[in-house]
Amino acid sequence: MSKNKVFSGALRAVGGFFDRFRKQSFAYPYVLWMALFVVVPIILIAVYAFTSAQGHFTLGNFSGMIDYVPVFVRSLWLAFLATVICIIIGYPVALAISRMNPRTQRVLIMLIMLPMWINFLLRTYAWMSLLENTGLINRLLGAVGVFDLINSLHAGDAAYTPITHFQLINTNGAVILGMVYNYLPFMILPIQSVIVKIDPFVIEAAEDLGANSRTVFRKVILPLSLSGVVSGITMVFVPAVSTFVISKLLSNGTVMLLGDLIEMQFAGAAYNPHLGSAISLIMMVIVVICMSLMNRFGEGEEQAVMM
Amino acid sequence: MTKKYTGGKIFTALTYVFLYAPIIVLIVFSFNSTKSRTIWSGFTLNWYKELFSDRLIMSSLQTTLLVSVVASLVAAVIGTFAAIGFYNMKKNWRGPLLTVNNIPVINADIITGVSLSLLFVSAGALMGFELGFGTLLIAHISFDIPYVILSVMPKLYQLDRNLFEASQDLGCTWFQTVYKVIIPEIMPGIINGLLIAFTMSVDDFVISYFTAGSSVQTLSMTIYAMTRRRISPKINAISTLLFAVVLILLVIVNVRESRQHKAELKKEKMLKGAN
Repeated sequence: MSKNKVFSGALRAVGGFFDRFRKQSFAYPYVLWMALFVVVPIILIAVYAFTSAQGHFTLGNFSGMIDYVPVFVRSLWLAFLATVICIIIGYPVALAISRMNPRTQRVLIMLIMLPMWINFLLRTYAWMSLLENTGLINRLLGAVGVFDLINSLHAGDAAYTPITHFQLINTNGAVILGMVYNYLPFMILPIQSVIVKIDPFVIEAAEDLGANSRTVFRKVILPLSLSGVVSGITMVFVPAVSTFVISKLLSNGTVMLLGDLIEMQFAGAAYNPHLGSAISLIMMVIVVICMSLMNRFGEGEEQAVMM
Repeated sequence: MTKKYTGGKIFTALTYVFLYAPIIVLIVFSFNSTKSRTIWSGFTLNWYKELFSDRLIMSSLQTTLLVSVVASLVAAVIGTFAAIGFYNMKKNWRGPLLTVNNIPVINADIITGVSLSLLFVSAGALMGFELGFGTLLIAHISFDIPYVILSVMPKLYQLDRNLFEASQDLGCTWFQTVYKVIIPEIMPGIINGLLIAFTMSVDDFVISYFTAGSSVQTLSMTIYAMTRRRISPKINAISTLLFAVVLILLVIVNVRESRQHKAELKKEKMLKGAN
């Protein structure tokens, strides 16, 4: 090998390095931005969680959390129920939509997304009008005579006080309803996008090999659509477990969730960012667990987000 | 065959009723002549008139639009360049960086909001500034950029690498290649990302709530404050207007897209004919 060749090879290597450097340098401003506004804030949460107001290291923020175990349990339980209901409603709807012709599918998907573009505070607020004691649902039930019927069943009972409405708002049920209503599209969309991508020849092959429609669903469609379900689960569960708006509006503070607890520590009367950070940290751990589960099963959120 | 899926169709129809019932109630009662949200007492357009003279609502609408427009545009620029940079990175760098990029998308909004407010409050204490429009804007840009990147990256991967190698062989510098070849090619992805970022910004409440401080209010924050106190049908009126705007935009976008789709099909047919 001549000296010249070595020299030009080295030059090319250096040039290649600079070339790559120049090309990837486009990302550097954003890398700096991420460091400042994504990574540092999360580190701050961890720092606050392990320090006291005086700035000393402490585990007190976590040990004080024993009092809030019921809130954790309630949040996880309500978010879990909302997620399960979203699957029960969302899967059949996604399946039904993906069986229509492409044009109808487009329109139906648009109609699923349309409510998501209305401010979610407004959507939740609209449920208040429906669920109130003098709200539209109770009014409708009263007009149809449901309450008269129930009252007449108890006609002979002296201890019985006649009812004029069902207690719908300010209950766990109302909060779950709010979660399902707000996050159902996040379940339907990823499932539908996965089912649509299933190769029709695979289904045809299964049918040719003697599978009836039930077996086709169980052995082909269901397993192939699981990645959609998994990303749907994360997209419903994470916002549901962390909400404070839905519980505030639909339970007027009677149903206290994790989000309410954090919000109180940062914006409410009980200002204590250290405790708030500790709760946030635990919630983040929950999110990370969800994410890693999702990554194990599904292909990731990108596709779901990009629809 | 058609009969088999009737059950599914009915169930789907009921789900749509569920999704739209509250919205229809909201719209109907924006025309109600009294303040009641549940008893209909006659048609009026008064709430719409009052809406436009309500200074709080108008100024917060302005804040929302300003923040969303500026944040999504800045995010589109930073995000596009970042995506091009990531695309040219070695995989062992790109992977972790894209994971960090996904954090604001996957993380709960409240944690993003709270963590940014911690940063702004402590940096503000050090450098002497308070939460306000600036911090609100930074927060919005931060959660907008990931959506731009997620929408631009796939377009970059669809690019033919030969295309910009050719342009460089023909004497383009790297910057010229970016401006003349790459950006025009990935434009649909940028526009898509911009639109997603914009809607995310307009729709956001939680992150704004923690990062805007007490001096500025976005529309969502005003609505939230209103739902906590006395509720005015003006809320219904403004939501109806927003709904109408979104609906019109969606119809326009959809019509445009289906036209493009048809044009593409035509082009393909012609190409096949030429062969």
